[in-house]
Amino acid sequence: MTVLRLRDWSLRLSPRGLAVGAAITALGVALSLVALSTGEFTVPVPDIVAALFGDGPPAAELIVSRLRAPRVVTGLLVGAAFGLSGAIFQSLTRNPLGSPDFIGFTAGASTGGIAAVILGGSAWQISGASLAGCVACALLVYALAFRRGVQGYRLILVGIGVNALLVSADWYMLTRANINDAATAGSWITGSLSGRGWDHAIPVAVALAVLLPLCAWLSRPLRMMEMGDDAAKAVGIHVEPVRAAAIAVGVLLCGVATAAAGPVIFVAMAAPQLARRLARSPGVTLTASALTGAVLLVGADLAAQRVFAPIQLPVGIMTAAIGGTYLVFLLRRERR
Amino acid sequence: MRLHGTGLTLSYDKRVVATDLDVTIPDGSFTVIIGPNACGKSTTLRALARMLKPRAGAVHLDGAVITSLPSKEVARRLGLLPQSSIVPDGITVADLVGRGRYPHQRMMRQWSREDEVAVASAMDATDVSDLADRCVDELSGGQRQRVWLAMALAQETPILLLDEPTTFLDIAHQIEVLDLCADLHEQGRTLVAVLHDLNQACRYATHLIVMRDGRIVAEGAPATIVTAALVREVFDLRCEIIEDPQSGTPLIVPETRRRARTPA
Repeated sequence: MTVLRLRDWSLRLSPRGLAVGAAITALGVALSLVALSTGEFTVPVPDIVAALFGDGPPAAELIVSRLRAPRVVTGLLVGAAFGLSGAIFQSLTRNPLGSPDFIGFTAGASTGGIAAVILGGSAWQISGASLAGCVACALLVYALAFRRGVQGYRLILVGIGVNALLVSADWYMLTRANINDAATAGSWITGSLSGRGWDHAIPVAVALAVLLPLCAWLSRPLRMMEMGDDAAKAVGIHVEPVRAAAIAVGVLLCGVATAAAGPVIFVAMAAPQLARRLARSPGVTLTASALTGAVLLVGADLAAQRVFAPIQLPVGIMTAAIGGTYLVFLLRRERR
Repeated sequence: MRLHGTGLTLSYDKRVVATDLDVTIPDGSFTVIIGPNACGKSTTLRALARMLKPRAGAVHLDGAVITSLPSKEVARRLGLLPQSSIVPDGITVADLVGRGRYPHQRMMRQWSREDEVAVASAMDATDVSDLADRCVDELSGGQRQRVWLAMALAQETPILLLDEPTTFLDIAHQIEVLDLCADLHEQGRTLVAVLHDLNQACRYATHLIVMRDGRIVAEGAPATIVTAALVREVFDLRCEIIEDPQSGTPLIVPETRRRARTPA
């Protein structure tokens, strides 16, 4: 641990954490540049930079600023939101399985989204319905799990139950829907970044701008609460209000991310676990989880577009494949 | 008295553990709360540590109702070693002990020089300085308990509450932890501990609180209050009391079953 001090102020930083953060950021920049530059038309990197500042060749400007940049930016923001949301819930439940994609919150968003697709909703209505579904589901799980406060274990079990219920509701709707709606809904629930424009990226950016400071404020008490409620209360933390605030922030992050890109699985689960192992930090770390989530999603989207080109896969297929493989690799190495 | 509770009714949901309980912790004492299982001793300690909100009555710290004080302010005066805490995956000893400094820190003051000094002296007092860079997961039960104690010490509170600090430890480590507590008491802290072993309680306590069914049956110095009649009343155990050859404190020797069977 390195300590920076200035008068009464002090900051505590882990050199490895900083190095890992910088490396993940560099990887994110590199992947973003590749995603902006390659594809059906190759745009050289200098033209990308020029286009982003609005004075590139017209063709480059169209491809980069209108088509590729919004997709990359949406991917980065959604990945970061999922990574943070997963980190918050894994910290609260002290369990990697306590991620929003396992305890029903993502399923709630899917159910809302599918219902909107089948009822012929617009893109905005689908996003709104999935956000509403996520929040409603979270309230339901919280209420059902509440007994003298919320214990992580109960939250997971109740969440898994609600998740199963919602998945069966999803399939019921999909089997009853007409074939076109079912196909649209089917591709939506895999999670996809294709065709995402600035109107998808901006709501996520606004949500992150509001929620990131809250995350920064929550991170220290959350870290203490990983040692148990009594240990946290003993050092002066108001456990239940902090927990309620953390759940609200985590649900909103997961909800806006799902509204923008659909219920992309596995990023929320894998990103905090990958980040923790890379940074070798005790417990869950929010910043590293956000960065890892962003890189994981953009990397997976790049792979989904390029690996089987010209066939374009939904990104959800790749997040599970890439994130899962890498996590298994890390876990194997840890055992030795 | 800095810490006391008056008219406490303590309950978990519907189950009432104690009603109208008055409890006072003498300043500068090593108070030990003892009694049979389910007598409310841990519950009482948890109420004193503001872990449990009394349904009636109030706990007072330095003359103020404890819940009316800012929580971090309380945490700078009163520390607690909970019965069980969770070790975060992969945390080192120094990191864990450092977490005890939380009530002294702010978002922009994460690690002051005082924090550094407090952590070093807490690790020194509990003899875990050599383990500073080790992972807590790798330690033995006794070492681990010393690390938790170091975290509570790093909090630098004049009053320290310990909820069954010797449970899950073998006899040698139990004595080690209690000797350490006695040292901390001698340095001027007020200690309150819940213990199971009556003989250990008699040996280490300067003030003993004996509970049964949510009531305080007796309190005072072990040598003046512990009698065979009290032990029988509280624990339903026939015994003989002799002098502890090491410490001169009361030593409880339970009667054997064979002798209990012989007609009087």
